[in-house]
Amino acid sequence: MYETTYHRASSVDDAAAAFAKGKDSKFLAGGQTLLPVMKQRLAAPSDVIDLSKIKDMIGIVPTNNGIEIKGATTHYDVAESSDVQKAIPGLAYLASVIGDPAVRYRGTIGGSLANNDPAADYPAAVLALNATVKTNKRTIPADDFFKGLFATALEDGEIITAVSFPVTAKSGYAKFRNPASRFALTAVFVARSPSGEVRVAAAGASQSGVMRVGAIESALTTNWSASALDNVKVSASGMLSDIHGTADYRANLVRVMAQRAVIAAG
Amino acid sequence: MSTVKLTVNGRAVSVDVEDRTLLVHLLRENLNLTGTHVGCDTSQCGACVVHVDGRAVKSCTMLAGQAAGCNVTTIEGLAKGDELHPMQAAFRDNHGLQCGYCTPGMIMSAVDIVHRHGGKLDEETVRQELEGNICRCTGYHNIVKAVLDAAGRMKVAQAAE
Amino acid sequence: MGVEGIGASVVRKEDRRFITGKGRYVDDVKLVGMTYAHFIRSPHAHAKVKGIDSSAALKMPGVVAVLTGQQIVDDKVGNLICGWAITSKDGSPMKMGAWPAMAPETVRFVGQAVAVVIADTKNLAKDAAEAVVVDYEELPAVADVRSAIKPGAVQLHPEAPGNIIYDWHIGDEAATKDAFSKAANVVTLELTNNRLVPNAMEPRAAVADYDAAEEHYTLWTTSQNPHVARLVLSAFYNIAPEHKLRVIAPDVGGGFGSKIYIYPEEMVALWASKKVGRPVKWTGDRSEAFLTDAHGRDHISKAEMAFDKDNKILGLRVKTHANFGAYMSLFSSAVPTYLYATLLSGQYVIPAIYAEVVAVYTNTTPVDAYRGAGRPEASYLLERMMETAARQLKVDPAELRKTNFITQFPYQTPVIMAYDIGNFHASIDAAMKAIDYAGFPARKAKAKADGKLRGIGLSCYIEACGIAPSKAVGSLGAGVGLWESAEIRVNPVGTIEVLTGTHSHGQGHETAFAQIISERLGVPISQVSIVHGDTDKVQFGMGTYGSRSIAVGGAAIVKAMEKVEAKAKKIAAHALEASESDIVIENGEFKVTGTDKSIALPMVALAAYTAHNLPDGMEPGLKETAFYDPTNFTFPAGAYICELEVDPGTGKTSFVNFVAADDFGRLINPMIVEGQVHGGLAQGIGQALLEGVVYDGTGQLVTASFMDYSMPRADDLPSFKLSHTTTLCPGNPLGVKGCGEAGAIGASAAVINAITDAIGNNKLEMPATPDRVWHAIHG
Ligand SMILES: Cc1cc2nc3c(=O)[nH]c(=O)nc-3n(C[C@H](O)[C@H](O)[C@H](O)COP(=O)(O)OP(=O)(O)OC[C@H]3O[C@@H](n4cnc5c(N)ncnc54)[C@H](O)[C@@H]3O)c2cc1C
Ligand code: FES
Ligand code: FES
Repeated sequence: MYETTYHRASSVDDAAAAFAKGKDSKFLAGGQTLLPVMKQRLAAPSDVIDLSKIKDMIGIVPTNNGIEIKGATTHYDVAESSDVQKAIPGLAYLASVIGDPAVRYRGTIGGSLANNDPAADYPAAVLALNATVKTNKRTIPADDFFKGLFATALEDGEIITAVSFPVTAKSGYAKFRNPASRFALTAVFVARSPSGEVRVAAAGASQSGVMRVGAIESALTTNWSASALDNVKVSASGMLSDIHGTADYRANLVRVMAQRAVIAAG
Repeated sequence: MSTVKLTVNGRAVSVDVEDRTLLVHLLRENLNLTGTHVGCDTSQCGACVVHVDGRAVKSCTMLAGQAAGCNVTTIEGLAKGDELHPMQAAFRDNHGLQCGYCTPGMIMSAVDIVHRHGGKLDEETVRQELEGNICRCTGYHNIVKAVLDAAGRMKVAQAAE
Repeated sequence: MGVEGIGASVVRKEDRRFITGKGRYVDDVKLVGMTYAHFIRSPHAHAKVKGIDSSAALKMPGVVAVLTGQQIVDDKVGNLICGWAITSKDGSPMKMGAWPAMAPETVRFVGQAVAVVIADTKNLAKDAAEAVVVDYEELPAVADVRSAIKPGAVQLHPEAPGNIIYDWHIGDEAATKDAFSKAANVVTLELTNNRLVPNAMEPRAAVADYDAAEEHYTLWTTSQNPHVARLVLSAFYNIAPEHKLRVIAPDVGGGFGSKIYIYPEEMVALWASKKVGRPVKWTGDRSEAFLTDAHGRDHISKAEMAFDKDNKILGLRVKTHANFGAYMSLFSSAVPTYLYATLLSGQYVIPAIYAEVVAVYTNTTPVDAYRGAGRPEASYLLERMMETAARQLKVDPAELRKTNFITQFPYQTPVIMAYDIGNFHASIDAAMKAIDYAGFPARKAKAKADGKLRGIGLSCYIEACGIAPSKAVGSLGAGVGLWESAEIRVNPVGTIEVLTGTHSHGQGHETAFAQIISERLGVPISQVSIVHGDTDKVQFGMGTYGSRSIAVGGAAIVKAMEKVEAKAKKIAAHALEASESDIVIENGEFKVTGTDKSIALPMVALAAYTAHNLPDGMEPGLKETAFYDPTNFTFPAGAYICELEVDPGTGKTSFVNFVAADDFGRLINPMIVEGQVHGGLAQGIGQALLEGVVYDGTGQLVTASFMDYSMPRADDLPSFKLSHTTTLCPGNPLGVKGCGEAGAIGASAAVINAITDAIGNNKLEMPATPDRVWHAIHG
């Protein structure tokens, strides 16, 4: 790791100010992505601004039309939250299968979304659940937030303060782990809103990062059941291909994981 | 350089370190607590797991500065004097270790697993919960046995308290 | 058996330090004035080193020195050696290219060191390493065997034309040809034995300290064989004469073969500690381990087996290409020859065998022995062959094996090995019973109804352990003898120290060896200390690998024990005024049979050291040394059966049951033995399902970290059902055979046989990843 300067922020404004002062600052939340990258000397921030102790950024708040998860809330706290388990069981389950227990104790929703790893779990939920990302500057709808591999709509110095999830009628997640990294080799989140709108998002599959899966959405809109997907074709073109999964295998997984997610959602 | 003040195994300590120092290095290099190990550079093996404010985390994936003000317990701080923690005893009694390199991290993770699941652990859960701890020697068979055994012992110990 | 004697599952004496965080590993060593080394490694698989500019780095804070490959050559530090000479078919010696500890001119694999930065801290050394400018001229590279042996392929070493190190053979070609000409059926098989990274959890490390006043070096190193390290460092690498070099292998966090070898980093640390006049520590990162620890396996093979009309095997023909990587590692040459092809008879009567092995250089990390070393490759090939044959011949795979088992011992195979004893029917029967083999078809049908593909697979392995009779290995080209030593010191107060030349890095020697003493003397194991891993404390010994510690090291202890007992009996007889032949040892007492006269061991020991009243002419003291040279290999064998299910939607495999029935001869500590089997099985299953090194076409390692190289986790593995069938090894005084590698040798074939059974497609390579299995199902 290169030498850096560590700051512990006490508030969102404090963090934004500290960020602005540094030559090449980076926010640090759970550190479960940033620190491994810094250890490999693949990032060299002059300053790291620790968000994880900012009180306003931690917690889960039920709202009128859903649930709001503050930006520095850990995966563990989301998985364990009875509010989340009740309102969006698929989301609580998703948080419970991110990485391993030690990662879940420290990793945060804001960090995961800001990083937008194509194999990360949260982006699939945010996209399928049609959530809204709140920052210290604005609110960004899920459909506008993800911009491809490791890229988001966030501007330099912008902080994810919370993510707000609307109520859902059904939610389910099925993850097929990469046997080495344990990130998603391919994972699918399925959601149906109270009005019957179906949104399906897949992680780990596409070369352009988290994606919605139109063919599956339309099949499930007509018939919310796993068997409705038996004959759905997911195209392998544009899918990631690597030593753990070829493109056609991943395309298959999108369908199979969607089926399992529907079963999980009930 | 910064001064980091924290509590380690019940003792208040204050250490001057570069800001890039990881908690594991503070423990090993500055405090000579070499029971906490480093087995990888990608935050995956769990050889470095310690408890920070009661939660089992990877000390290789936390800056020393992030631990300022925290209460850290390492493998050296688990036993009460000469009396082994039930998890330590269960690892020994079930032959849950061979070379011993993964063992401190395994034990610290395992204690946390039992804390979270109480007596409701079964083999499958233990195996899933050990995802972040790699052992190359034991094939996990006896580690799983040890954790289940310790879960029983810890319940008894808790009931006795 | 006493409560702590042979056969007792005593908890390990060494555990307390490990479970309380008091283990002492190399990286825990801290010396006054210590500096830290960081190696500058080639990012290219093949390149010329045209220049190294360290001027900027030398000006950076905390930098003590930047040392290069040219300097180490100028200082006449020797090239790395390969210690086993193999002769090709045509009588020519193997063709070894030069391997300097740091490359002065040419790098041949990604990760090969070209220079080292020595600095006050590890971070400063790394900071400075980035300022060292190495001018490389990239050369074309070749990473796989098939490409490397093509005409016109890039040549790695001028010494080895065509990139071929040797083209070796064993067995009787004509007789084998003859057998095939008489065959009713011939079964053929092509397969790959995937390359693995050993990944002991403790990365390699070295701390070197040069004492200028004494011209003496001390090296703490992660070694399985500190004496061999000292021998090689002094005799071949010219670091220092043996009496001026102390090598200490303290607690070592796993080895699996990878810590047998003496690597460039240890050599450089020693050499640098003299150059900079301060202690030098190097601790490898996991990333460096992936690039520089000797890899394992990496064979491609073609095999044919001939059967008569009664399904008896007539002959076996095998051609194997072994990837050696860019240099010949210390024991690399022996692995695909004398540790592989000599085991190709397996548990079967095969009247004629002919095997050819071509050893090939590629621009990859050097390959050497990894848990099992050669024997897993042989076992995998044979056991997949048997399963393939059973399917082709339409017979039950267990039946086909039983039809061909060796039942008469000793049995001379056509490929050198003479099996001393075994009972292969007993182990397969035990395994079949444990898994309810007969009930499998019903279980398969039920699984099918649930949408799952269920399969069962067998693997009957045999291995040659207890490496090995020195004369035999010498005649086959080994540069060393493979005996073992032991010294037993009975202290004046009757406590006992056993100095062994073997080394424990997880195997539990401190307990098992103490049990051997306890068995003989009836003393508690708390009275016995096992001393190992320090060349200043322990007499020369050969170390631990090849499942040899109990079979060879244990036998040496018994031999020394016999000498101690003989002398002690003389002393006791003298003290008790009895005849020496009437003295028996029980519960730590020397008794005169048929009387109530006795004297306790501590009194005998005290008498030996006070020397006030010893038999005439007897030397004082009670300490004996023995060197034991085995008379044969030992032959652990067993049967593994795996039952599993494949999810047709994802290709993912999940275990239903895994049973093992092993014959290790006598078990000293069954708990430790079973632990060894568990660990071996995990590595065998890891090879079958998860692990596999991938290089891209330019020689870049794709699986360079745990992010891409799949290590077996707890949830990848089942709990294992173990049992033992026993034939005592006649070749050593303990009747033991060794158990350290069995699991890794036998497991992979059982897993793959089960998957191919489940999916009904025999074309499947390891690792059988979900992707591969899914493709094998769906075409
Ligand atoms: C062993 C291991 C396994 C893992 N497995 C998985 C897995 O299976 N699935 C998965 O999804 N993830 C996995 N992760 C990643 C993990 O979930 C991370 O916690 C997460 O991706 C990043 O969150 P963080 O809080 O740790 O962020 P950090 O690492 O602290 O930061 C990540 C990035 O986000 C930025 N950032 C952080 N917080 C904010 C914020 N509030 N606003 C704006 N920018 C911010 C940082 O500047 C940085 O660039 C794994 C990690 C490890 C080490
Ligand atoms: S050293 Fe911390 S996870 Fe490997
Ligand atoms: S006991 Fe050696 S790595 Fe677990």
